[in-house]
Amino acid sequence: MHIAVILRIVPDLSDELDIDDHGTDIDREWVGLKLNEFDDHALEEAVLIKEASGARVTAVAFAGDGAERQLQNAVARGVDDVLMIEHNLKMAITSRMAAHLLAQSLPELGAQVVLTGVQTSEDVYGQLAPFLAGAMNWPTLNAVHGVSVAGKTLTVTQEYSGGHAAQFATTGPVVLGVQTASRTLRYVPGSKLREAAGTSIAVSVAELPTDMVRTTTDALEEPQRNSSAEMIAGDANTVAKRIVAVLSERGLLGVKV
Amino acid sequence: MKILVYVETLAGVITTESEELVAGARQIASDDGTISVVLIGKGTDAVKALGADRILTVPTLANAPYNPVDHGTALAEAVSQESPDLILVNYTTAGLDISSRVAMQMGLPLFAYCLNASVTGSTVQVKSQIYGGKLTSSARSELPAMLMMNAGAFSGTPAPAPRDADVVNLSITETSVITFVSSSAPDPDAVDITKANSLLCVGRGIGDEDTIEDARATADLMGAELVGSRPVIDLGWLPKERQVGKSGRKVKPKVYLALGVSGAPEHLEGMSESDLIIAVNTDESAPIFEHAHFGSTVGLADFLPAFREALDKRTE
Repeated sequence: MHIAVILRIVPDLSDELDIDDHGTDIDREWVGLKLNEFDDHALEEAVLIKEASGARVTAVAFAGDGAERQLQNAVARGVDDVLMIEHNLKMAITSRMAAHLLAQSLPELGAQVVLTGVQTSEDVYGQLAPFLAGAMNWPTLNAVHGVSVAGKTLTVTQEYSGGHAAQFATTGPVVLGVQTASRTLRYVPGSKLREAAGTSIAVSVAELPTDMVRTTTDALEEPQRNSSAEMIAGDANTVAKRIVAVLSERGLLGVKV
Repeated sequence: MKILVYVETLAGVITTESEELVAGARQIASDDGTISVVLIGKGTDAVKALGADRILTVPTLANAPYNPVDHGTALAEAVSQESPDLILVNYTTAGLDISSRVAMQMGLPLFAYCLNASVTGSTVQVKSQIYGGKLTSSARSELPAMLMMNAGAFSGTPAPAPRDADVVNLSITETSVITFVSSSAPDPDAVDITKANSLLCVGRGIGDEDTIEDARATADLMGAELVGSRPVIDLGWLPKERQVGKSGRKVKPKVYLALGVSGAPEHLEGMSESDLIIAVNTDESAPIFEHAHFGSTVGLADFLPAFREALDKRTE
């Protein structure tokens, strides 16, 4: 079994997000970047499948700031190969664009199973896993919470609201949008990261189709803030006393029900 | 205006989010428009009561468990058959499975995390949440288009009058290469956080696993159950049955104290109807403050011991 895991670099939401001069995107020059957290779980799950079944895993990323380092970190995490997709896009890559690029490059790999994060914080025009499934005419399962493998069969757990879940079996091809890995993300020691830093990266070149579906972003804005919230001023002791007073006044301190 | 709505059921009952989606479709289309509903499963009478004009069903799947391939194929067939101007789906697991896949296959623009939508002439305008709710995006495209609507986007929309809808059978031929194996429900023996009057929720901002025990001791003093947002559950710091949010439980306690919780839309979906919300987060732009009644930006390392001390003094 050959697995491709797609890694995307996204804005770090713990940073302040500034809107650019056009008002239609964030100012990407100054924002911090990080691996999409759901892709991190997809990477972990891919390596877990490899360890359980001997599958070969290739990590794939799109050329751009931080991509080379993320691919090398993926090697330290346990993937076998890495692939960078070169493109000529000067803008942020939407999930639909990413799916078109991957649909050109992935057949070269011959992977039967593709894992990626279920979503990113900026894919307001749709999600990568189902877009890629549509582009390749493959099935897809999303909100995936863990994959087990027996022989050539994957058993995939899909989550629904309210704590419900279902298990599906597939031998592939399939695209999985991973929400959570089967276990917590592994710690990688610095020595392994330094060792992987010299990994050479294979390159595939892809471009968008000329007849791609068009959408237009008119504006990014800060949402209207709820002015009814009372922000409690002062140090931690002052805030703590005020909250206890609020709870006490309303009879909300007591034994569990 | 023709709108196609993909309706979901849970345990044979149409979900509240789907009911609201049909009401929202009627609001956009007005009384003159045509609302067609894709319903895979039972419940045609319930859909008629929602004011749809046409109900597209797949009799061969009426008793089958959810399968993303079958449902995606049915939605694509319905789109081909009805040629709608808009297709509405909920932002749910099924919505994630089928909307982008069908949109790609049929060359349709798709908008996700939608808060609202309107149509002017041949253009749809959409407002969406982006960056975990820190910003909103206003966007547009030509019709036809598909929209994946956030839960609550159409809440409060008046329910349309029932209609005597036509029931149309869809025929799908694609054989699923994904096989349903089993389903599971929440453990009935596990703590039921939906029944608690008081919840103390920890989020990513709690810092490290060691702080969980501090939070647990604080919850005990407060008389609250300790719960977590998705990142905390994913890290294995709290068990799954204590997760609040879209993929966890939806709660409505008398008090919800959120510590280090940013307030991603998926979390807010699970707790925003709590009677009293108090949020403590050092990020003053965290979306949780938009829903909180009281808030503070003090650091949790200082707040937790101070809060326990204040609770202790009250009970002395």
